[in-house]
Amino acid sequence: MTEDAAVFGGLNNMTEGLENAYALYKPKMMAIFTSCIAEVIGDDLNAYTKGAKEKGVVPAELLTPYANTPSFVGSHITGYDNMLRSILKSLTSGKKSEPNGKVNVIAGFDAYTGNYREIKRMLDMMDVKHTVLSDVSDSFDAPNTGQAKIYRGLTTIEDTMDSANAMATVALQKYSTLKTMEFISKEWNQKTVVKIPVGVRNTDALLEELSKITGKRVPQELEDERGRVVDAMVDSHTYVHGKRFALVGDPDLLLGMVSILMEMGGEPVHIICTNGDKNFLEDMETLLASSPYGASGKVYINKDLWHLRSLMFTDPVDLLIGNSYAKFLWRDTGTPLIRYGFPLFDRHHLHRYPIIGYQGALNIVTSIVNTVLEELDRATINTTSFDVIR
Amino acid sequence: MSRAIEDTKKMIDEVLEVYPEKTKKDRAKHIAPNDPSGQCASCQVKSNVKSRPGVMTVRGCAFAGAKGVVWGPVKDQITISHGPIGCGQYSWWARRNYYNGQTGIDTFGTMHITTDFQEKDIVYGGDKHLDAALDELKGLFPLAKGIGILSECPVGLIGDDIEAVAKKKVKDFNMPIVPVRCEGFRGVSQSLGHHIANDTIRDHILGKGKLETTTPYDVALIGDYNIGGDAWSSRKMLEEMGLRVIAQWTGDASVNEMGIAHKSKLNLIHCYRSMNYICRHMEETYGTPWLEFNFFGPTKIYESIRKIAAQFDDTIKEKAEAMIEKYKPKMDAVIEKYRPRLEGKTVMLYVGGLRPRHTIGAYEDLGMEVVASGYEFGHNDDYKRTYEVMKEGALIIDDATEYELEEFTHRMKPDLVGAGIKEKYTYHKMGVPFRQMHSWDYSGPYHGFDGFGVFARDMDATVNSPTWDLIRRKK
Repeated sequence: MTEDAAVFGGLNNMTEGLENAYALYKPKMMAIFTSCIAEVIGDDLNAYTKGAKEKGVVPAELLTPYANTPSFVGSHITGYDNMLRSILKSLTSGKKSEPNGKVNVIAGFDAYTGNYREIKRMLDMMDVKHTVLSDVSDSFDAPNTGQAKIYRGLTTIEDTMDSANAMATVALQKYSTLKTMEFISKEWNQKTVVKIPVGVRNTDALLEELSKITGKRVPQELEDERGRVVDAMVDSHTYVHGKRFALVGDPDLLLGMVSILMEMGGEPVHIICTNGDKNFLEDMETLLASSPYGASGKVYINKDLWHLRSLMFTDPVDLLIGNSYAKFLWRDTGTPLIRYGFPLFDRHHLHRYPIIGYQGALNIVTSIVNTVLEELDRATINTTSFDVIR
Repeated sequence: MSRAIEDTKKMIDEVLEVYPEKTKKDRAKHIAPNDPSGQCASCQVKSNVKSRPGVMTVRGCAFAGAKGVVWGPVKDQITISHGPIGCGQYSWWARRNYYNGQTGIDTFGTMHITTDFQEKDIVYGGDKHLDAALDELKGLFPLAKGIGILSECPVGLIGDDIEAVAKKKVKDFNMPIVPVRCEGFRGVSQSLGHHIANDTIRDHILGKGKLETTTPYDVALIGDYNIGGDAWSSRKMLEEMGLRVIAQWTGDASVNEMGIAHKSKLNLIHCYRSMNYICRHMEETYGTPWLEFNFFGPTKIYESIRKIAAQFDDTIKEKAEAMIEKYKPKMDAVIEKYRPRLEGKTVMLYVGGLRPRHTIGAYEDLGMEVVASGYEFGHNDDYKRTYEVMKEGALIIDDATEYELEEFTHRMKPDLVGAGIKEKYTYHKMGVPFRQMHSWDYSGPYHGFDGFGVFARDMDATVNSPTWDLIRRKK
């Protein structure tokens, strides 16, 4: 949209845009989301897409769910929630029929492709039939076959339409799925469960819940995985116990990371969530109060990295957890950074390793303890304590 | 029409076949076989007009041009992304315009500073919010030498008066506060953002800086954004040939430097597209002449050094020749090492401002041929400068769509593609060697004598990487 569209509205752009995009890519569905400009001038997407179909520039059966996602309302997690709800609402309308015996899974705003693969692996191990709604994993890290494909089709339109008939929907994040889960509960009358499976106990809780819903047992292989990660945490506990952490990130990531840190005896101290609200603040304070290791934790919502920088100078911590931009605080305060969250631009492939489930817990434990050990080596260069066995 | 031109024309027609009639007609005007002779009337591409909707243009917006390109690199100015969070967040320190300084103390380049509009700002206006933000910034960063207010779409749509806010504060703050009307919906690409930014330099900064003394050898380096250290590499060379660089625009620039370039004896412009406006202004108003040059690859570097030296006296000419003599063995060694590995390889380029034409010589120094090139936001004068440096029948493509780029790649099978981040991973998946030529793929510098060795190494690493051979290609 350019200046003329800002004055006269974006109808022509939308009509021609739908026509061109359809001609090039022949999709079955086009998801439409607004940027600031369309929202400020009040474009009517419903009328626009309807008009385009009536004019015949795209087939009448083309699915065109749309969402209002201007940058001045909420954050990226709000946009995710709005778009997913819109897709589900539009695709499942009138599709409620016989129960399909499946469980829907919603990952939330999650760029860890490893997480999608991990939840599917766990569900397969439990023999739970499932639909991951908006499974983006192959779109982000498809196998290299010398062919670029835009649509990988991991979540099909048919499965999405049928998702209203599942026995339950499980969300792996809370704050990025609020409206979607409310919609599912109200409109589909479906059981909804929100469990952020980061850490051992959180994963236990998810699996127990899945067991309850489906009647399937948690298999021995998963129980063994649990045993292995707990063994790893026991082996490494001395290096993490009592370590003080600063954390910055999205609400759901923080809830998960704080849980696993406290499971290891780590102490979250500064918790910064720029896009967190009062409910998140309450959730996090409840979580901190649930463990003696949360006693020195303080949560800050609507504050940014610059605020955290001041906190880290006045009340230093041992370790920092955050996304790539947190490296500026690593530089300024000298606090080692362990990269978790979104975006992760400056280290490769981290998104391929899950942070959910027992496998994810093991990945987190490994990265934290080895960061501590790396720093210990650096701190003991040219001293007698430069140990080879740690 | 020659055979080469005819063949390319046929290929273009095939690729465009998929489009609806109106779009096909429009796109046909933007893509043509190259004709260096200028005799083929239909070989001139149309440019700098609106993109078609729904085709995934690779273009950016006016905000990208003004904030991301021109104003963003000015290091001791606080650059506010004024409006909602997204525009500033997703353009945060991706362009790699390096600078010296203590970030957060006396420089602010890598900081994302935004007024973070919420719904209430849209409804009631954001001027009060901006006013408060300026006060807060002044308190937090007393060493800032200026503030830029870079507008995002809603600011213009809701009718905020950022000029009035800026004017009110200038007196209290005793430094320039520059309101920039670079809302993304203005113009057709980032190009108008460059122009708008140039105009605000003219209106708020130029002529206001301090320069104690002048010399006959003063030059300003214009249109070099110091990506990966490019401007530093170029500056070193200009200094070695006896010139004094009084200003770098805008890579590693200070607000003061932005105010004194008109005092140079000669403005040297690398990225013509983004800063020709202000060069013309300085010429008209202050009589400062300007000269285009090209510091990519030894052939163009030697040519440019001599062209620049010719504007000065014999001492400069002698030093310039001495410098060429000094570095030639180093350049020859680079060519000797990499040319045998790259000879005959073909390249497809699709980039921004100056690179679609300026880097051609560097590829040719390595024995490579640029078979296709185009600009996201070029104008007619950019294309005129491009036709003459490319072969007959090469593909010229303006405001390309992702679909076209992929289709032309399938048909032309270049050995290397140089474009942007939006293309990079698609091309990796396609198994086509690819370099991100906006930020030098996180490498650089590529300018000057320091840059050519890095450029050659990088192209070799990508074209000849053994990883491409691991791909088990599906037919």
